[in-house]
Amino acid sequence: MKSKTADRIATGVFIAIAIIIISILVGLFSYILINGFKYISWDFLTTPSSNIRAGGGIRDQLFNSFYILLITMIIAIPLGIGGGIYMAEYAKPGKVTDIIRSCVEVLSSLPSIVIGMFGLLVFVNTTGWGYTILGGALALTVFNLPVIVRVSEDAILAVPRELKEASLALGITRWHTIKTVILPSAFPSILTGIILAAGRVFGEAAALLFTAGLSTPRLDYANWNPFSPQSPLNIFRPAETLAVHIWSVNTQGLIPDVEEVSNGSAAVLVISVLLFNLLARWIGSLITKKITATK
Amino acid sequence: MVTTFLEKESTDQILQSTVPFQMENILKVNNLEIFYGEKRAVNGISLDIEKNAITALIGPSGCGKSTFLRSINRMNDLIPEARAEGQILYEDLNILSEQIDVVALRKEIGMVFQKPNPFPKSIYENITHALKFSGIKKKSQLDEIVEESLIKAALWDEVKDRLHKSALSLSGGQQQRLCIARTIAMKPVIMLLDEPSSALDPISNAKVEELIIDLKKDYSIIIVTHNMQQASRISDKTAFFFKGDLIEYDSTEKIFTNPSVKKTEEYISGRFG
Amino acid sequence: MEKLAPAKDRLVKSKQNWVDGELRGKILVLLCAVIMITATISITIFLGTKGLQSFIKNGVSLIEFITSTKWNPTNQANPEYGVLPFIFGSFAVTFLAAIIAAPLGIGGAIFMTEIAPSWGRKILQPVIELLVGIPSVVYGFIGLTVLVPFIREHVGGLGFSLLSGMIVLSIMILPTITTIATDAISSLPKSLREGSYALGATRWQTIRKVLIPAALPSLLTAIVLGMARAFGEALAVQMVIGNVRNLPTSILDASATLTTIITLNMGHTTYGSVENNTLWSMGLILLVMSFAFILLIRYLSSRRKL
Repeated sequence: MKSKTADRIATGVFIAIAIIIISILVGLFSYILINGFKYISWDFLTTPSSNIRAGGGIRDQLFNSFYILLITMIIAIPLGIGGGIYMAEYAKPGKVTDIIRSCVEVLSSLPSIVIGMFGLLVFVNTTGWGYTILGGALALTVFNLPVIVRVSEDAILAVPRELKEASLALGITRWHTIKTVILPSAFPSILTGIILAAGRVFGEAAALLFTAGLSTPRLDYANWNPFSPQSPLNIFRPAETLAVHIWSVNTQGLIPDVEEVSNGSAAVLVISVLLFNLLARWIGSLITKKITATK
Repeated sequence: MVTTFLEKESTDQILQSTVPFQMENILKVNNLEIFYGEKRAVNGISLDIEKNAITALIGPSGCGKSTFLRSINRMNDLIPEARAEGQILYEDLNILSEQIDVVALRKEIGMVFQKPNPFPKSIYENITHALKFSGIKKKSQLDEIVEESLIKAALWDEVKDRLHKSALSLSGGQQQRLCIARTIAMKPVIMLLDEPSSALDPISNAKVEELIIDLKKDYSIIIVTHNMQQASRISDKTAFFFKGDLIEYDSTEKIFTNPSVKKTEEYISGRFG
Repeated sequence: MEKLAPAKDRLVKSKQNWVDGELRGKILVLLCAVIMITATISITIFLGTKGLQSFIKNGVSLIEFITSTKWNPTNQANPEYGVLPFIFGSFAVTFLAAIIAAPLGIGGAIFMTEIAPSWGRKILQPVIELLVGIPSVVYGFIGLTVLVPFIREHVGGLGFSLLSGMIVLSIMILPTITTIATDAISSLPKSLREGSYALGATRWQTIRKVLIPAALPSLLTAIVLGMARAFGEALAVQMVIGNVRNLPTSILDASATLTTIITLNMGHTTYGSVENNTLWSMGLILLVMSFAFILLIRYLSSRRKL
C-alpha cells in the first residue's frame, strides 16, 4: 500500500506546515509582548523621546502616529469612497473603466518606499514644504486609497439590488439613492475595511521616512493653535511616527537604551494594530448578527 | 364586445377596435419591442391600458410580462444592455423617449416588487424617505401622509403603535403592504405590481389582494402574476403573454371563460406553464 | 403632487433638475476617479523623469549603471555608479524568500482547504490575518535582535546576511501567498475532487495530480504577488541585510538591495547631486519592476480563464 503511506506522509507534512505557521505567529507575538510589556509604563508613553540619553519615552511619536493616521483618513476616506461609488455605480464597462481599474492595481502594488520617494519629490521638494505631517499624510493617502476604493466598491456591490430599485422606483434620483439608501447599507462593511486599512497605515514607515521626516520639534501640548510651529496640531511640521522611530533608533540612534525603547515601541505598535484588528472583527460580527437577526 | 381571434401580426388593429372608446385609457402601447443585448424579450406588442382598472399580465416565466412592466416606469434603464423600441404613450408623451425625466416619471408611475423590499429604517421613515426628497419637510404634513397611506394600505391598525420600529421587524405580508403604502404616499397615477404576493403566505396574500381591489378607485393598476386565480379574482382586463408575444388581451371574464386563442386556453387550464 | 400641469411640463427633462439631482453627484465621484488616474500618471512621470536624470544630465552610462559591480559614488576623482550588486541583492532575497514562503504558504492553504477545512481554517485564518497586521519595522526589529545574533552564533558569518533578509521576507510574504492560494484552491469546483476520489485516488494523489495542476495559474499569481511585495520591501530588509556594496558570494555574506541603498542614502546625499540622482534611478528600477510584476500577474490570470 505505497500510495496510502505516501498519503499519510503528505498529511503529516501539511499538518507540520500549519504548525510551523502557527508557531511563527505565536513566537513573534510572545516575543514582542513579553519583551515589550516590561518597558511599557505610563512614563514611557508620556515622556518625550531623547536623542542621546537613556530613559526617553514615545509621547510625541505616539501622538504623531495617530495624528498622521487621522489626517490621512480625512483625505483618503472621501476620495476612496467616492472612487468606490464611481466604480460600483457609474463606471460603464469600457476603456475608461479599465484604465481606472489598472490605476487602482498599479497604486496598490507600488512599494511603499517608491510612494515615499514620490512624496519626497512632490510634497516635500516641489511644494517647498519640507518634511511635514501633511506631506506624510498625502503619501499615505496614495498608499491607502486603492484599498478603500476596493473595499467600498465591494461593499456597494453587495447591497441588495432590491433596495436600490425600491428607492429609484419611488422617484428618487440615483445620487440621492446612493447617499441615503446604498451608502448606509454598505457602511458597516466599508467601516470594517477602513479600520483594517488604518492598522496598515499606523504601522507604515517606509513611505514616511522621506515625507514626514525623522524628527519632531519640541511640542507644547497646551498650544492648540494649529499654525504655531510648537503646536502638536500644526500639519506643516515634521513628525516622526512610532514605526519610523523604531527604525531610526535601531539604525541611526545614539541612545544607550535602544533595545528597551524599541521593545516597548514595538509592543505598543503591535498592540495598537491588534486593537484595530479586533475592532474591525467586532464590527464585522455585529453586522452579521444584525443581518441574521432580521432575516 | 366583439370576440376577435388574435393573431400576433394583427394585434395592433384588432385591439384598437375591441377597446371601447368611452373608457378612458391611461397608457397606449404601440409596437413595443424590448431587447437584452441581441436577444429580443418583447416582440412588438400593442395594447391600451384602462384608467382606474386592474390589468393583469399573465404568462409562463420568461414570457416578457415582467420586462414589459418594468419598461413602463423605465426600471429597465438599470440594466445596461436593455433597450426598448416603439412607444408607450402616457397622456401624449412617449415615456420611452430620451427626453423623459425618469425621476419625475417614477413619481407618477410607482412600482411594488415581488420580494418585499422595505428600507432598513423605521416604518415611518420608509414612507417619508421619498416624501422628504420631493420637498415635503413639515412634520405635521408628513405625519398626515404617513397615517393616510398606511390606512389606505390597510396596515395602520397593525403598526400605529410602533411607527418608529424597524420595518424589518414586520412580517412578510406587512412588509409588502408597507411597500405599497410608501408607493401610495407618493400619490402616483399608475401602480405597477410585479407579483406582489407571490412571496407571501395565503392569509397575507388575501389581504394584499383585497387591498389592490380597494386601490382601483384611485389608481390605475397593472399587475404581473403567476397565479391565475389571483388574476381572475381581482383584474378587469387580462393580457396573456407567451414567448415575448402578446397572445390575447381582453376582459378578464372573457379570457378565463371563453378565450379566443387556443394557446390561452391551454395556459389557463394549466396544460403548460 | 400637482398633476394638472400638462405632461410635457412635468415629465420632460429639465436642465435644472438634472444639475441639482444627478450631475453634481456624478461630477463628485468622477473627480475621485480622476484623482486616482492623476496620481498614477504623475507618479510614473515624476519618478520617470527624475530617475532618468542621472543618465541624461549627469552622463552616467546606463550600461555601466546596470552591469558594473563597482559602487563608489563618493570617490571624488573617479566616482563609480554600478548598481548590479544591489539589483542582484534584490532579486536574490526575493527569489530566496519565495522559495521558502511558497511551499509553506501553499501547504498552509492546502491544510486549510483539504486537510482540515473546518477547524484548521478557523485557527489558521486569524493567524494569517494577524501576521499581515504586524508592521514591517517590527519584523525588521525582531530580525535584528533575534535572527541576526542567532545566525552569527550558530550558523556563521556576521549574522547580517542574505540569509537573514530572506528569512524575514519569507515570513512577511507568507500571508499574501497563503491567502491567495487558499482562495484559489477553495474556488476549484467540487466535481474535480469528487471525480478523483471516485477513481480511488488518495487525498495526496488528488492534491498532487488534480488540485495543484488545476489551480496552478492562481498559485503562481500568489507567488508573484508575494515576490512583488518582497522586492519592494525596504526597512525590514535594510535592518538585517548588512548593506555592503559588494556582490555577495555566499548566503551568509552581507549584501544590499535597491531599496536598502535608497533608504540609507536618500537622507544624507544632497538633493540634485549625481549620487542622489542615481538613487532616483534605482527608484525607477523599482517602479519598472512593479509594472513588470503587474504584467506578469495579468498574463497569469489570463491563462486562468482558459
